[in-house]
Amino acid sequence: MKKFLVFTQKEFYHIFRDRWTMIILLVLPILMILMFGFAISTEIKNARFAVYDPSHDLATQKITDKIQSSEYFTLEAYLSDPAQIEKVFQKGEISLVVVYSDNFYQNIVQTGEAQILLIADGTDPNTASTLVTYVSRLVAAYQAEQMGAGGLPPYQIHTEVKLLYNPTLKGAYATVPGVMGLILMLICAMMTSVSIAREKEFGTMEVILVSPMPPLLIILSKVIPYFTISIINYLTILALGVYVLGVPIVGSFMLLTMLSLLFIFVSLALGLLISSLVNSQIAALLGSVMGLMLPAVLLSGLMFPIENMPLFLQVLAQIIPAKWFIAAVKNVMIMGLGVESILPELAVLGTMAVALIAVSLKKFKIRLD
Amino acid sequence: MKAITVQDIKRNYGKVEALKGLSFEVEKGEIFGIIGPDGAGKTTLFRILTTLLLADSGTAIVDGNDVVKEYKEIRKKVGYMPGRFSLYQDLSVEENLKVFASIFNTTIEENYHLVKDIYQQIEPFKTRRAGALSGGMKQKLALSCALIHEPVVLFLDEPTTGVDPVSRKELWTMLKKLQNQGITILVSTPYMDEANLCDRIALIQDGAFMKIDTPENIVAAYDQELWAVKSDDMSKLLKDLRANPGVKSCFAFGDTHHITVGKIIPSALETYLKEKGHSDIRITPIKAGIEDCFMELSEAS
Repeated sequence: MKKFLVFTQKEFYHIFRDRWTMIILLVLPILMILMFGFAISTEIKNARFAVYDPSHDLATQKITDKIQSSEYFTLEAYLSDPAQIEKVFQKGEISLVVVYSDNFYQNIVQTGEAQILLIADGTDPNTASTLVTYVSRLVAAYQAEQMGAGGLPPYQIHTEVKLLYNPTLKGAYATVPGVMGLILMLICAMMTSVSIAREKEFGTMEVILVSPMPPLLIILSKVIPYFTISIINYLTILALGVYVLGVPIVGSFMLLTMLSLLFIFVSLALGLLISSLVNSQIAALLGSVMGLMLPAVLLSGLMFPIENMPLFLQVLAQIIPAKWFIAAVKNVMIMGLGVESILPELAVLGTMAVALIAVSLKKFKIRLD
Repeated sequence: MKAITVQDIKRNYGKVEALKGLSFEVEKGEIFGIIGPDGAGKTTLFRILTTLLLADSGTAIVDGNDVVKEYKEIRKKVGYMPGRFSLYQDLSVEENLKVFASIFNTTIEENYHLVKDIYQQIEPFKTRRAGALSGGMKQKLALSCALIHEPVVLFLDEPTTGVDPVSRKELWTMLKKLQNQGITILVSTPYMDEANLCDRIALIQDGAFMKIDTPENIVAAYDQELWAVKSDDMSKLLKDLRANPGVKSCFAFGDTHHITVGKIIPSALETYLKEKGHSDIRITPIKAGIEDCFMELSEAS
């Protein structure tokens, strides 16, 4: 037992004495969550918009005023020609264009119906959808006011949305769950595999092997420091998510923690597996990045919705642990669902954990070749 | 019981035959040297004996235990110092020793007497990181780490490579002391001059032993006429000597060339060299060293 403690302590020394390891372990997760968080922040202020208003009547004027007076929008220009719409977007000055239908007020009075088209820049889908939602609400509010005033018969303003450049805009983001998945995978798998590969590269593994130290203890003492740090990372990300990014934990914190621990196990086991296949730090690093990080980024649904992928990639995505983890975190954290909602994810991750740990223990080399 | 018994060990790396059937025995308490150039198979042999590699065929027994079946037993009681410095560079001298003491279920305090002589020399630097030590100090630390659990057999793979002459000498003095404590030592080295410090040596070349005996016997068995030759132009001298039909072999040895000769007398050779334009010629008959024996044997094979 004592040798285990000394060995684990040694592992912590390795971590604390290497500046880059420390940066990767403690600073990188914070940077990632903040970058991901703020880059796609839902807080939008002073978005510049333009108006194309062919009728220029009482109703359109009031709606435009309403949008302009909200803290989120600044009116940039009145467009005189629909052809200008594309141009202002391409200049990048405008995030949203509000287009009123011809004879807007007249239509309201006569037919009880009028249309507003909201055009937003879909290359930044998150901002676009937020802007569109705000404006739709403002229009609805205007409509409600008019109804309350009772001056007009019941009428309907149809708000239509058109997103330029990226019309589908499917559930592309789940920042906190996604980044959590990425970081835990990164810390556990990459750092564990690199630290074991380092022992092989520096020849220290050779000396440790010629000792009564059982392989299981060697592995455990490697894993425990990274396990500890992962839990710190998990709590940091969660705290930043809640207090800085304002993403609430709707569901059970305990359940979320259990789920994350399970995912940490899977990632550690993957790291061990990689380290048993390679002999150098650089190979371990490349293996982790190419084999784990890239698939986790691209196929987990964090960046691109899985249901839009070709069938082949959809199948491939099923074996990405981060995919299951992120989906389950969304259910628990964002939607506040209970354990019964994530049973499939738990089952898959559990199976992966057991299988991977078994394989990597079996694969651990008691000799040099 | 012998400390080490090796029978017909063979090992290939792909198509390369690293070890071509080695057999030897090491007595208890002996310093046994494996002497040979880089790439001769020394490290492979050490790794097989320390249970790190499996031989393709043959058997090896260390202190009564088979290296394959009873590898766990062997790992408990041997000390191994690889050729490359293999300690934790980012840990301090003391921390390294502590780690190695603990993985062998002991402590520095408990076995301090074993490493005292060696460790005392580096103890003033015990808070320094191992990576920042000089070559000689690194080897002393590595030796301390390999000794801290009181091994019965010590495997030292090229312990003096990359170490300054003073530290080399000190290291051999320590090995003699360890021998007096009853530890069997198997040591490899590419330096022929260290052979005389071993009780017995095996000369290895291309994965095969050329001779196993005491250094004295090996030198005594040398039956060639050996001269040391010097002149003002040593590189031309080497060519000219090799061109002379009376010279059987000629090798550069530091500041002289050693030649073995057939039917020729020194004055005749001197005349020959003068004709070739050499001056300051010195020809001295000498006694053979281990390196001369090694050259002779490798020529023959």
